[in-house]
Amino acid sequence: MQFMLLFSRQGKLRLQKWYVPLSDTQKKKISREVIQIVLARKPKMCSFLEWRDLKIVYKRYASLYFCCAVEDQENELITLEIIHRYVELLDKYFGSVCELDIIFNFEKAYYILDEFILGGEAQETSKKNVLKAIEQADMLQEEAETPRSVLEEIGLT
Amino acid sequence: MPAVSKGDGMRGLAVFISDIRNCKSKEAEIKRINKELANIRSKFKGDKALDGYSKKKYVCKLLFIFLLGHDIDFGHMEAVNLLSSNKYTEKQIGYLFISVLVNSNSELIRLINNAIKNDLSSRNPTFMCLALHCIANVGSREMAEAFAGEIPRILVAGDTMDSVKQSAALCLLRLYKTSPDLVLMGEWTSRVVHLLNDQHMGVVTAAISLITCLSQKNPDEFKTCVSLAVSRLSRIVSSASTDLQDYTYYFVPAPWLSCKLLRLLQCYPPPEDGAVKGRLVECLETILNKAQEPPKSKKVQHSNAKNAILFEAISLIIHYDSEPNLLVRACNQLGQFLQHRETNLRYLALESMCTLASSEFSHEAVKTHIETVINALKTERDVSVRQRAADLLYAMCDRSNAKQIVAEMLSYLETADYSIREEMVLKVAILAEKYAVDYSWYVDTILNLIRIAGDYVSEEVWYRVIQIVINRDDVQGYAAKTVFEALQAPACHENMVKVGGYILGEFGNLIAGDPRSSPLVQFNLLHSKFHLCSVPTRALLLSAYIKFINLFPETKSTIQEVLRSDSQIRNSDVELQQRAVEYLKLSSIASTDVLATVLEEMPPFPERESSILAKLKKKKGPGAVSVNELEEGKREGGELNGGGERGGDSSSTPSPSADLLGLRAGPPVTAAAPSAGSLLVDVFSEAGVNDDVPFLAVPACLFVCKNNGVLFENQLLQIGIKSEYRQNLGRMYLFYGNKTSVQFVTFTTTLNVQAKPVEPLIEGGAQVQQVINIECLTDFSDAPLLNIKFRYGGALQNLTLKLPVTINKFFQPTEMASHDFFQRWKQLSLPQQEAQKIFKANHAMDTEVLKAKLLGLGMALLENVDPNPENFVCAGVIQTKAQQVGSLLRLEPNAQAQMYRLTVRSSKDTVSKRLCELLAEQF
Repeated sequence: MQFMLLFSRQGKLRLQKWYVPLSDTQKKKISREVIQIVLARKPKMCSFLEWRDLKIVYKRYASLYFCCAVEDQENELITLEIIHRYVELLDKYFGSVCELDIIFNFEKAYYILDEFILGGEAQETSKKNVLKAIEQADMLQEEAETPRSVLEEIGLT
Repeated sequence: MPAVSKGDGMRGLAVFISDIRNCKSKEAEIKRINKELANIRSKFKGDKALDGYSKKKYVCKLLFIFLLGHDIDFGHMEAVNLLSSNKYTEKQIGYLFISVLVNSNSELIRLINNAIKNDLSSRNPTFMCLALHCIANVGSREMAEAFAGEIPRILVAGDTMDSVKQSAALCLLRLYKTSPDLVLMGEWTSRVVHLLNDQHMGVVTAAISLITCLSQKNPDEFKTCVSLAVSRLSRIVSSASTDLQDYTYYFVPAPWLSCKLLRLLQCYPPPEDGAVKGRLVECLETILNKAQEPPKSKKVQHSNAKNAILFEAISLIIHYDSEPNLLVRACNQLGQFLQHRETNLRYLALESMCTLASSEFSHEAVKTHIETVINALKTERDVSVRQRAADLLYAMCDRSNAKQIVAEMLSYLETADYSIREEMVLKVAILAEKYAVDYSWYVDTILNLIRIAGDYVSEEVWYRVIQIVINRDDVQGYAAKTVFEALQAPACHENMVKVGGYILGEFGNLIAGDPRSSPLVQFNLLHSKFHLCSVPTRALLLSAYIKFINLFPETKSTIQEVLRSDSQIRNSDVELQQRAVEYLKLSSIASTDVLATVLEEMPPFPERESSILAKLKKKKGPGAVSVNELEEGKREGGELNGGGERGGDSSSTPSPSADLLGLRAGPPVTAAAPSAGSLLVDVFSEAGVNDDVPFLAVPACLFVCKNNGVLFENQLLQIGIKSEYRQNLGRMYLFYGNKTSVQFVTFTTTLNVQAKPVEPLIEGGAQVQQVINIECLTDFSDAPLLNIKFRYGGALQNLTLKLPVTINKFFQPTEMASHDFFQRWKQLSLPQQEAQKIFKANHAMDTEVLKAKLLGLGMALLENVDPNPENFVCAGVIQTKAQQVGSLLRLEPNAQAQMYRLTVRSSKDTVSKRLCELLAEQF
């Protein structure tokens, strides 16, 4: 996989993961282009399209589009299920995930993705194992945190 | 804000995100962000040392701001500091920041690498994984240099935790992809292969991606993986859906791993070991059998996972191309999918069948689905699916069904999407040529192609039909008759005029016996199109005329009169003028014998492979046209051309991709017809490029939408330009800069219009200026030429440049409301008032850039006029001394197809045409 983008129906990028080295300008240009193409597609159309020398595989979940760009010889259907498994992971972790969860806890969305896919390839496809890794990390941080006052949080002290 | 906040939850961050979401406008958002950036900057710079938590929170805010699309130029150091925190969450944010915002600041990379090194040696698996994730995410060369030695050791060490192994495998894969030279094969490689046997399915899943990539590059070193992969696959395929516990996905055992195993096997030929091969064939059969079983779940995830494995198995079967039984079964399975209600499956079945069509074992089986595929081409609602159907028709075409398929593709072309027309045209042209049994069918097909989709017929296609007609004398009469009929149409495409002009010029005599197509009728028909054509076509027609004089002496006086007219002999285009003068002279002084020799029929073209095929291949990228197909093209193309029969010299065949007909390279020239050869070769030379013009430097099209810049530059001289225009007047400043340290003497410039003289001497390193006043008298299409001569050292330098003066420079923008625009648009409804071009985007389709270019053009860019906000409309009046020409323009970008449609309407036909040509080169 070369990159994964999550974006809203309004075209706002919610998560971007790049597995190939590209400059910031290139990334912006590509995201703009891909978002535009995918948003222009109608509901019943097929989930795959050719784009440059890559394949775009996308699926919409509620207000959010999940979109992967894979190399030409990659398997489209299994990529579609990569997307679905990621959605399941988010859903399990957040409990009926919605777009807002990903906006407010974007760092978690990245952590979960890193546990699932690394360097563009599936690292661990078992839902249990991925969530176990994330929960262990959460445990580590809960041990370390001490509660803080609201005022302190928003920087007023 | 969502109620859920697992883990720590940074309140300050959540408040900030809410603030951003509540911003009503982009400006408000930027203001809020700038405030936050100032705050963070002051915290980072402040005297009070920040605790880890605050640092983490601010770094996370910066990350959020960056992900919103804003630039971040500080905070990297703080993020690096977080890496060495012993609190997990701080470390984690630090790594995330580095992964997303890496920059190649070498100082920082050294610090980051240090932190990673510490974490890798920490023996804490969670920290190790974080560090490995970071390397895999960044994957820079510096990281490869630092860790490419260490990671393989971690990967194969006996005491490494499974989760660390998984990360290490994919981390190594990333480094191998970016810096293969730094990942050295060694003792670890054989142990990596054995990870295919690992107990832990997650380890196998991660490792197989690495192994597949390594095998592609070093197949011999990894070939033991084949038998391991087969036995692993066999175990998965034969397992019950519950055996693999959490690795079973919607009742499908380990779909990801299965696909990867099948993909890995595609790096190798079929296993030589009979037992392994038998086991593998058994697996493939099981997978095909399972496809026929009733689904275990109605969920689309179940069928997707199952079919993902099926398609991958079919790919492997096609890759082996040695098991007729499996190939036919695969084809039947795909045939079922062709009519599946899931669009995705229909798409994939069409795609996969394309490769099956090229196998001798399954070609016939694929052909039985022709009606379904034709139906898909006609009825699928999704253009990408139709595209696949067209590809498949092309792939399954052979002599037995060529006529049907070509006819279907032609009728589809009439309504085809712009995005696929050009490719369809090429495909039809190739099939028509490859499978032509009778050449009248071939000629009909290509002429139909020009009629239906003339704009998409590239030169290669019409060159090719001419080449074939010239080489096949049995089709020449038919071709002449057919083009003559086609030219009768009131509006025929310029490409048709080209083909018509060429063929009638060569073979018009074959139909001249019929009084309805007598020589004069033929000539008048051609000439009636002359004024609507572009310069290269006109040049070609002039050559056809001189050929007419030879073929039909009775047309001589009529044609001489045409050549003698001011519009020819004084044409502002040098090429046309030269032809008119030379042909007129030739026809009046040469004797009939000489004329007959000079203008003899074109000799046959050297036989060669069709470069249309090369073009299609280039367009689709390697792999789109199989080698198999190319070879066939060569074989059958040769048969078709039949050049050998007429003594064509096939030994001199140049590289096929250079150009199609070798029209430019020149046909094999027989002793009798040297000048005829060169004359007609000339027909195809680039418009306006003349031998006596040593230089036509910088593309003048660069200046259509701007007024200032560098016009020309070589090692000696730089010419800069500044210009301003008002009404029909303009002033241009030319700056001649001497780049050498030696003076230029006797520096003169001449313009084919008048200019003030320039300083005759330019000192080394100095610059002189020349002012040119311009008045636009009437509309024009050719730019004035500027000739520059000077001596540098002893040598005379001579160069000629086109001044970037184009008709649009004299635009006055006109603002108007939507209603007025459309009313005027309708008023300009005569066909010749409109010029339209559909063309591929050469640059990124960036709205702002497009706007800037259109404004640079000089017209008013009208907002809220076109109902489709993607489109651009412009209005303006061109001011010339003679008249004012109102012009309207509409540009319709199609981002998906990367094409534009440009329509210009103006009260003068030449203006519409010229504007259209100028602009088509700009986007």
